Amino acid sequence: MLRVEGITQIFGGLTALEDISFTVAKGLITGVIGPNGAGKTTLFNIITGLYTQTSGKVFLEGEDISGAPPERLAPRGLVRTFQNIEMFHQMTVLENVLVGLHTRSQSGIFSCALKLPWHLAEERRMREEALRWLEFCGISDLAEVEAGALPFGKCRSVEVARAMAVNPRILLMDEPAAGLNSRETADLEVLIRKIRDTGVTVVLVEHDMELVMDICDAIVVLNLGKKLAEGTPRQIQENPAVIKAYLGEG
Amino acid sequence: MKRDYLLFLLFATVVLVAPAAFKGGYLLNVLVFMGINTMLAVALNLLLGFAGQISLGHASFFGLGAYLSGILSTTYGFNPWLTMVIAAVAVGILAFGLGFPILKLKGHYLAMATLGFGIIVYIVFNETVALTGGPSGLSGIPNLKMGSLTFDGDLKNYYLIWCFALVTMLLAINLAHSRIGRALRAIHDSEVASRVMGVNARLLKVQVFALSAIISAVAGSLYAHTMSFISPASFGFNFSVELVTMVIIGGLGSIFGSFLGAALLTILPELLRVVQDYDIVVYGLLLIVMTMYMPKGLAGGIASLARRLRPAKKGVVDAQG
Amino acid sequence: MDLLQQLTQYAFSGLSTGAIYALIGLGFAIIYNATGIINFAQGEFVMLGGVLTHFFLIVLKLPAGVAMGGAVIATTVIGALFERLTIRPLKRPTPLSLVIITIGGSIFIRGVAMLVWGKDTQSLPPFSGEEPITLAGATVMPQHLWIFGITLLVIAANKFFFYYTIRGKAMRACSFNRTAASLVGIDVRKMVLLSFVISSAMGAMAGIIIAPLTMTAYDVGVMLGLKGFCAAIIGGMSSGFGTVLGGLLLGLLESLGAGLISSGYKDAIAFIILLLILFIRPQGLFSKAQTERV
Repeated sequence: MLRVEGITQIFGGLTALEDISFTVAKGLITGVIGPNGAGKTTLFNIITGLYTQTSGKVFLEGEDISGAPPERLAPRGLVRTFQNIEMFHQMTVLENVLVGLHTRSQSGIFSCALKLPWHLAEERRMREEALRWLEFCGISDLAEVEAGALPFGKCRSVEVARAMAVNPRILLMDEPAAGLNSRETADLEVLIRKIRDTGVTVVLVEHDMELVMDICDAIVVLNLGKKLAEGTPRQIQENPAVIKAYLGEG
Repeated sequence: MKRDYLLFLLFATVVLVAPAAFKGGYLLNVLVFMGINTMLAVALNLLLGFAGQISLGHASFFGLGAYLSGILSTTYGFNPWLTMVIAAVAVGILAFGLGFPILKLKGHYLAMATLGFGIIVYIVFNETVALTGGPSGLSGIPNLKMGSLTFDGDLKNYYLIWCFALVTMLLAINLAHSRIGRALRAIHDSEVASRVMGVNARLLKVQVFALSAIISAVAGSLYAHTMSFISPASFGFNFSVELVTMVIIGGLGSIFGSFLGAALLTILPELLRVVQDYDIVVYGLLLIVMTMYMPKGLAGGIASLARRLRPAKKGVVDAQG
Repeated sequence: MDLLQQLTQYAFSGLSTGAIYALIGLGFAIIYNATGIINFAQGEFVMLGGVLTHFFLIVLKLPAGVAMGGAVIATTVIGALFERLTIRPLKRPTPLSLVIITIGGSIFIRGVAMLVWGKDTQSLPPFSGEEPITLAGATVMPQHLWIFGITLLVIAANKFFFYYTIRGKAMRACSFNRTAASLVGIDVRKMVLLSFVISSAMGAMAGIIIAPLTMTAYDVGVMLGLKGFCAAIIGGMSSGFGTVLGGLLLGLLESLGAGLISSGYKDAIAFIILLLILFIRPQGLFSKAQTERV
């Protein structure tokens, strides 16, 4: 599904990532873990086109997407969420999700301004679908609330609904459990499984080991910018190098 | 969303019957200017309020519209309606082309670049004397005609201008509640997230820049044909700043706010006429004080006042008009 | 006058206006580097320098030295007040709100100056007579030499301040990384204030030394400020020699353009250069990455 090949990223003189390669299998939940400063978020930023890597390639279903900007990746089905939640805080929850439907609608600036008939039909279709995604994430009741007024945990759900509205084939989640309490984390776990069950491949960077070990089908471990290990949760838990990285130095 | 359209209907009705209250003359003339300023403020608000991109050169698009339309109809005898269209198209193309390099810039740099563009255009108006008449202006611009109806009196002009202003407001409201409007507001709130959602921020910004310029050009053309006289002084840096002031005072992203801002800045100089020259000081203070203490402008202030007066009513008041 | 003489003439007047642009540009750059703000009111400090000197010297009949010193001090106080009253209280400053506040400030200052001193242009006597000096075949006003001298002095003082005093070094630290600077105990807010103080003082000096050549009035600040900004942009917003070169280059091009092409478009030249640089080389003409950013 997603293949990363020899990614290296150098900031100034600092090597943030060195020759990272791994493959994400279709339809599974893959976790990317590692101690702080391992380069996880940098890796995400490269895959999603926010950074341009120093060298290496990224393939989405065999197609080279290295260096493509995020707005080109969304229509191809690659979407991400952010660690520190990037809400459109002056818009309502429903409008946030409607932005997710942007690439799947066509009305241009003139037909929008003139409210041409096909634009109205499209708008109705979009609203219905957006509401479906709110329901999917269990936040239908919040549709008309301004996003900036939401508590943190709810923002997470809105962000997921918004990302799902893009109709991703693969969803990258950057520390989705960060800042959530244990009940919210449990809800999130259910939600992530539900996302996978719709056929979307999920990749997550996460610190919450319990969550990762619970829901991930495969795990990639980074440490100090290098790949330390790759395998099933069980294999990772028993990997001496991983144990050393976490217990010895972390 | 429905509220906006209801408000618009109410507003349009008031605008259409308002002249009955005035016996014409001076006040009506002020209202004509208010209509033109409303168009301009709404146009700038699309860029400033929705897309979050500043322009300190919008007076130049207004001026280009006025001069293109004025010169073509006066010197070359084109039909004024046709020149209005030509001016709008030409300015639209210019703004679209300019938009790509200029909107790559952000914040202060964008402000300075648009300002620089505005000043260049202003200098051209002054220096191409053979075409524009230079600093002494271009006079004898023909009025718009519709069959046997010539738009020459204050009342006719009032209806002409306000028809355009109302249509502009309606278009802007439509846009605000559409796919494009949402994408623009998304860019404003978080450009990175909007891009991840597949919004082509760069192209959209350029498009809205062009649309905004086109509306300004139409306003300029209307201005030229109703006043019959234009001179560069009306399209300088000061007027660009005045337009930004209207949008900020009215409230970023609020269409009715733009009207309020335009109304205030049209009436204020008339009121301050007694104490001439104080208006510039007042503008400066207004800009500072509003930005510091009322960042959502008059529209935001009114909305929060309304919220406070009706604490029992549930739901979040949507200030994005 | 042959062409060469003419060119020397243009070059001299261009370079002296350029020196003024450089001073103003440095004012922009200092504030920008310390705070990330482009201070649209920078030109008004220049205006205040000239207008206040005129007021002290001609109206109040104070001695020249006192008048100029007073003008610089008064402008500096206004600059500091401006920062204190409008920039510092901002809770969540955004580039947009800062642009608008400094524009508001500039309009306000200009408006008050107009109300207090009227709309007339006022002239100041040159510092040392109007007897032209012949230099390399061109006639040069003594005021040009004053401009060069004072500009050089101010730039040297700046360099000294930023590289050899503890406050100056602290300000440079702020420009590299504000968070880190505050972590090592630098009072960033004080540095912001200080940057406004320095910039307004420099602006006032620029306004004083150019006034005898170009006259002064409440509205001269707009153009001068914008030209200064052009200089800073050409120099890549460095507060060192980049901006100085930028100013000189701009002054030279303007003077040559006005002399050889058309004087009407003189002001347009600066803005065409500004746009070209912003479009093609937003990091400035001379900057090698970010080495000289204070």
